[in-house]
Amino acid sequence: MAERSTMPLIEVDNLGVRLNTSRGPAQAVRGVSFSLKRGETLGLVGESGCGKSVTAMSLMGLLPDSARVTGSIRLDGNELAGLADADYCRLRGNRISMIFQEPMTALNPMHTIGNQVAEPLRRHKKYSAGQARQEAIALLDRVGLPDPARRIDAYPHQFSGGQRQRITIAMALACEPDLLIADEPTTALDVTIQGQILDLIADLVEERGMSMILISHDLGVIAENVQRMMVMYGGTVVESGPTDEVFRRMGHPYTQGLFRARPKLGARKGTRLKTISGTVPELADLPAGCTFSERCPLVIDACRAALPPMADVGPGHGVRCIRTDVSMAANVGALSA
Amino acid sequence: MSVFVLRRLLTLLATLVGASLIIFLVLDALPGNAAQMLMGADASPDAVRALTAKLGLDQPLAIRYLQWIKGLLIGDLGNSYVYGTPVAGLIAERLVLTIPLAIMSMAITVTLALSAGIYTAANHNKLGDVGVMSLTQVGIALPNFWFAILLVLLFAVRLQWLSAGGFAGWEDGVWPGVKSLLLPAVSLAVVQAAILARVTRSAVLEVLREDFVRTARAKGLGKREVLWSHVLRNAMIPVMTVMGLQFANLLAGTIVIENVFYLPGLGRLIFQSIANRDLIVVRNCVMLLATMVVIVNFVVDVLYALIDPRIKVHDL
Repeated sequence: MAERSTMPLIEVDNLGVRLNTSRGPAQAVRGVSFSLKRGETLGLVGESGCGKSVTAMSLMGLLPDSARVTGSIRLDGNELAGLADADYCRLRGNRISMIFQEPMTALNPMHTIGNQVAEPLRRHKKYSAGQARQEAIALLDRVGLPDPARRIDAYPHQFSGGQRQRITIAMALACEPDLLIADEPTTALDVTIQGQILDLIADLVEERGMSMILISHDLGVIAENVQRMMVMYGGTVVESGPTDEVFRRMGHPYTQGLFRARPKLGARKGTRLKTISGTVPELADLPAGCTFSERCPLVIDACRAALPPMADVGPGHGVRCIRTDVSMAANVGALSA
Repeated sequence: MSVFVLRRLLTLLATLVGASLIIFLVLDALPGNAAQMLMGADASPDAVRALTAKLGLDQPLAIRYLQWIKGLLIGDLGNSYVYGTPVAGLIAERLVLTIPLAIMSMAITVTLALSAGIYTAANHNKLGDVGVMSLTQVGIALPNFWFAILLVLLFAVRLQWLSAGGFAGWEDGVWPGVKSLLLPAVSLAVVQAAILARVTRSAVLEVLREDFVRTARAKGLGKREVLWSHVLRNAMIPVMTVMGLQFANLLAGTIVIENVFYLPGLGRLIFQSIANRDLIVVRNCVMLLATMVVIVNFVVDVLYALIDPRIKVHDL
């Protein structure tokens, strides 16, 4: 137990996920590696279909049956890849929890919120119905649901989107997990609520010493909420590093494109948003070589030959690009914008 | 909740009034005079006219309708033109057979359909799913009277486990009665079960794709637990809707099946009364069937509200 503090909580090594899509088998994720210590926070950024949610679901062991996982996922040194579902069930909602994007549909409309929050407690901690109910009230109170003792027997449709997301957070935190995976937790919410929910998650992560993987397509959310970040494109990590460092010196043309494409306050009326030309490739027919090569402004023939290796460009900062000399000379980042 | 039930009750009453009007008018418009039928083709016009007056058939339409409704409300359905005995008694002695038959058949339908539907959905696209779904395809294509004859050939003629027809009654206990209704109930149930199994399967599959199923799995529930505690209740709404509709089919099916098995039930009474132009019996039997169907669907509506907490709010 003594070495627990130094050992990474979760270690992902060369993770690959092959999915059967309607367009045939597709390598949804390849070569994803990272490790996370207790209390550390990691952001996953990218457009839809880049593999960030698939990565999260493979950590949860909740990929479709037809998915093929390669590589290794270790929790406290124990291999999770290929674990039997019954064993995985003991970890889910207990040591690894997840918050999902759609609070409107993530709760069962037929069950009271109290029962849904109490469910993991009864299951993993073997609480009695009464104990679990008391604990559910305490949890709902902690996540800021007004008057939880009175509303615990209400149904999901009687709550707003923000309140429902608070309920799913209470549910995810019930058994005090070591790792919290938040998959676009605020995307479906009103802008005014987004900040509150993110603050709540940040407070809880801090308070309980959890590790967190926060998935978002929103660079602003990532910048403010995680210590380290990984940018994903076409199933691969194209850039990773400490959040500050990545925002200061963006190395990958895709990261730079994402950054330029975000809307800015104070822009002149009629100014068009910058976009990344082309469209996200289908995972079933990714280009050979660099996955971003078809849309990259800096592409050369060598980019199409083979998937570029991760190049170190700073402390803990890696970029999967062979043209960092050119891309980083432009110095795109928070400081130059 | 009570407002919901009250509204549904009013709808039920309105439906029954509508049904009674249609039944009355359609049967009245049928060619063929009951008095003429009873007395034969060569009866004298005077005698026919006298019988017409005696049966009250010379009254205006509206009066006859209101008299019928009044009779329904006080339980006096009049006398059969053919048997001369009270219609209520005729129906009551037939219901002793038809109600148990309908209940048995519905129970077999629901048991077969839910187990097949849940099994196939849980094993989606696996061999068991494909196998059972092919069977339901065959089941849907079977005419129930033909399937009934096959059952008779197998269980009554070849194996001699059950009788080929007739009803043992309830005087000798429950088992002989149930035994004589078994084949008819199964033949009525098979087609219905095949349809309901497919409905159940697709309803369960649809719910399995919902986000909250993923949430439940993320909480650490196994696939089977998620199915029982989170999926089924959500899938029951479409299943119950179809069950309500199937009840009507089932009652219609008894008309054919009771004839195949020589069962003295309500279906056979209707069939014979139509053949005899005993319209007063037909009218009351059809009204009874309509009432049963409407009540079953009312119960289904109330069950919706019990199962789904959202319905009370939406339908107020």
